[in-house]
Amino acid sequence: MEYVIEMLNIRKEFPGVVACDDITLQLRKGEILALLGENGAGKSTLMSILFGLYQPDSGVIRLKGKEVRISNPNVANALGIGMVHQHFKLVHNFTITENIILGSETTRGLVVDTRSAARRIRELSARYGLNVDPDARVADVSVGMQQRVEILKMLYRDAEILIFDEPTAVLTPQEVQELMKILRGLIYEGKSVILITHKLKEIKAVADRCTVIRRGRLIATVDVETTSGEKLAEMMVGRKVTFQVDKKAKKPGEAILELDNLSVRGPGGVAGLKNFTLEVRCGEIVGIAGVDGNGQKELVEAVIGLRKADSGRILLKGNDVKDLPVRGRIARGMAFIPDDRHKYGLILDYSLEYNLILKDYYRTPFSRKGLLDHKAIRRHAVRVIEEFDVRAGQGAAATVRSLSGGNQQKTIVGREIDANPDLLIAVQPTRGLDVGAIEYIHRRLLEQRDNGKAVLLISLELDEILKISDRIAVINNGELVGVVRAAETDENEVGLMMTGIKRGAVS
Amino acid sequence: MWSLITQIFPYAVAFTIPLLITSLGGLFSERSGIVNIGLEGLMIIGMFTGALTISVLEIAMPGAAIWVGLLAAFIAGALFAMLHAFACITLNANQVISGIAVNMVAGALTTYLARNITGSGNILIIHGLVRKDVPVLSALPVIGRLVFTQTYATTWLVLFLVVLSTFTLYKTKFGLRLRACGEHPHAADSAGINVHLVRYLAVMISGAFAGLGGATVIVTYSGEFNGTAAGLGFLALAALIFGQWKPLGILGATFFFGFASTVANVSQAIPALAKISGIYLKTFPYIVTLIALVLSSKSSQAPKALGEPYDKGKR
Repeated sequence: MEYVIEMLNIRKEFPGVVACDDITLQLRKGEILALLGENGAGKSTLMSILFGLYQPDSGVIRLKGKEVRISNPNVANALGIGMVHQHFKLVHNFTITENIILGSETTRGLVVDTRSAARRIRELSARYGLNVDPDARVADVSVGMQQRVEILKMLYRDAEILIFDEPTAVLTPQEVQELMKILRGLIYEGKSVILITHKLKEIKAVADRCTVIRRGRLIATVDVETTSGEKLAEMMVGRKVTFQVDKKAKKPGEAILELDNLSVRGPGGVAGLKNFTLEVRCGEIVGIAGVDGNGQKELVEAVIGLRKADSGRILLKGNDVKDLPVRGRIARGMAFIPDDRHKYGLILDYSLEYNLILKDYYRTPFSRKGLLDHKAIRRHAVRVIEEFDVRAGQGAAATVRSLSGGNQQKTIVGREIDANPDLLIAVQPTRGLDVGAIEYIHRRLLEQRDNGKAVLLISLELDEILKISDRIAVINNGELVGVVRAAETDENEVGLMMTGIKRGAVS
Repeated sequence: MWSLITQIFPYAVAFTIPLLITSLGGLFSERSGIVNIGLEGLMIIGMFTGALTISVLEIAMPGAAIWVGLLAAFIAGALFAMLHAFACITLNANQVISGIAVNMVAGALTTYLARNITGSGNILIIHGLVRKDVPVLSALPVIGRLVFTQTYATTWLVLFLVVLSTFTLYKTKFGLRLRACGEHPHAADSAGINVHLVRYLAVMISGAFAGLGGATVIVTYSGEFNGTAAGLGFLALAALIFGQWKPLGILGATFFFGFASTVANVSQAIPALAKISGIYLKTFPYIVTLIALVLSSKSSQAPKALGEPYDKGKR
């Protein structure tokens, strides 16, 4: 079997850690090889070595059997290795053509020849089914389209080996489907793909083989077809992973949150949420399922108080909180795990202990006579860190920026659940996390429910909704399509409802 | 009214041109992602170098001395701007503080040198540029009288540079790369562009243009170096923001400043304007700018990565 690229016995050390320890990865021509590992397992380091961002301490890289030295990304490009980064590298106010040709522009005289470049991009786009308009501005196109622009960037440079770094983290379920199709198309045209991911479902869907690494070490390279998802997960995490959560039957109590005919305007004044009625009772988890951008944001922001509701009522334990500020709602028992943890959940350059008191800093025991009590703050942090298993190098004093994504999320979850809220609103609580952290957060949410609290879960991951909710409310175009019991429904039915097709509501 | 406008116009243009070229220099720097509030200091460097060169050479080679002086100012500005580039790009220093340092060093250093050379701190040139009518075009109705009569050659040089800069920024490879560095340096870097080199060049162009702007003041309406650019560099910076970091916007903004300031300056000599208290006329352009900046702040077109040192590791 011919390998297009081989990384043999790669070792890379950073001060204090061995990021890659004797890892071997071999990519065959025309295959999709998945690189599976938890956050921090060494996937990114390994790929950065292949892309020339780092030099390995030992080990060799071979391209079609010939040893090569990749000293920087330009060399990688010249060798036909391209990378779609997790955070897109696109200039927002440039056209798609300008973004693609940047760095390898062709010119006529002194003038950059955008016209013939656009023609070539159109051809490539048609050949690979990418459906990209070269004249559109990047700022005006969807995230899925931006990713396709990144793919085109590599194709435009005649890349043969394409590396995708967590490509689905930012996509909607539909866009993920689309991407899978594109990946298969790339293989069909003779390209070879390395897919970095920690999502087993995607590996099962497209990959031929899978290389699993854990804590910088190679575990194995296996055929995807003959290996079960459970087995892959076990190899990745290093222990058995329970996919089935342990959900005891529970009878919900009285209503904690009642939304009554709630209407909220979205950005630009368009109706975001229309006459939405729903209740969340204590001892249950209600999941909101829907395609991104169908009113979830407006719903969440109206309930927590970040956005003004136009009409309708928001009742928390029977009292209307519609006109209360955020702090007032928190004081009455609401808590909130936001989807964008960097923007709304944390102050990245603050220490862990400060982040843990963002909502309570003004209250005793953290604040006395207007001065912060650092001893109390530290005690509180140490306790929460212990209880929620937040792993930080320097403990309570660590800046949150230095924490891994999973531990940042645990910090937020710890802060919110520790407040012992009657209603916990969790928006995409496991976005971008690895299997171990997802399992942990799901367990915590279920614990809230079992303790007789109410949880409102908003997620774009249908699996997640189906797995841990008691009831599922499906939202489409700002309207409630229907409410179904999780135990009595499946992915197909909810998926269909997400497109707006109604079904007799059960409640 | 017409005669009033034709009287004011040549002065307004003369005042506009140094602002325009300095602001255009700032455009290069800022579109590449480097804040350059050192424009004031760079103008002073240009003024000093221009005045000194001309005063030394004008006896030996009258006429040509002015152009040699302008060229010297252009080069001196570019070299001095490397200080700013070194601090901001190589050392990742705070760009505002580096700019302030450039302003302070430029003013102090040139005054010190001028005192040692002339004894007074001022450098006088005997002959400036002579205003000329553009042949044929000055005979055109309206336009001919306003634009093509009594003009300085530097005006045409600067306008040519505006056209050339616009072309460079929007049509050439270098321009595309420069703008990419100001918006998303990581994108540029991953496309194989040397962000540091592009930014160095951009800052040097800004220094060269600001130096030329300073020397233009000397050879047109001032005729004397006296250790200060009288805030023109800061005005150019304001025009850059007012003009939303676009060449045509800058042209409009600097002409507005130039015209309004000239009106304020000559108001006491003109009966129709003498009735208005000078303070209103003098503050008028600044107040309009403040209002314009407030109104346009929501849709600001500032380069996204402006003021951020480029750090490869940060994502």
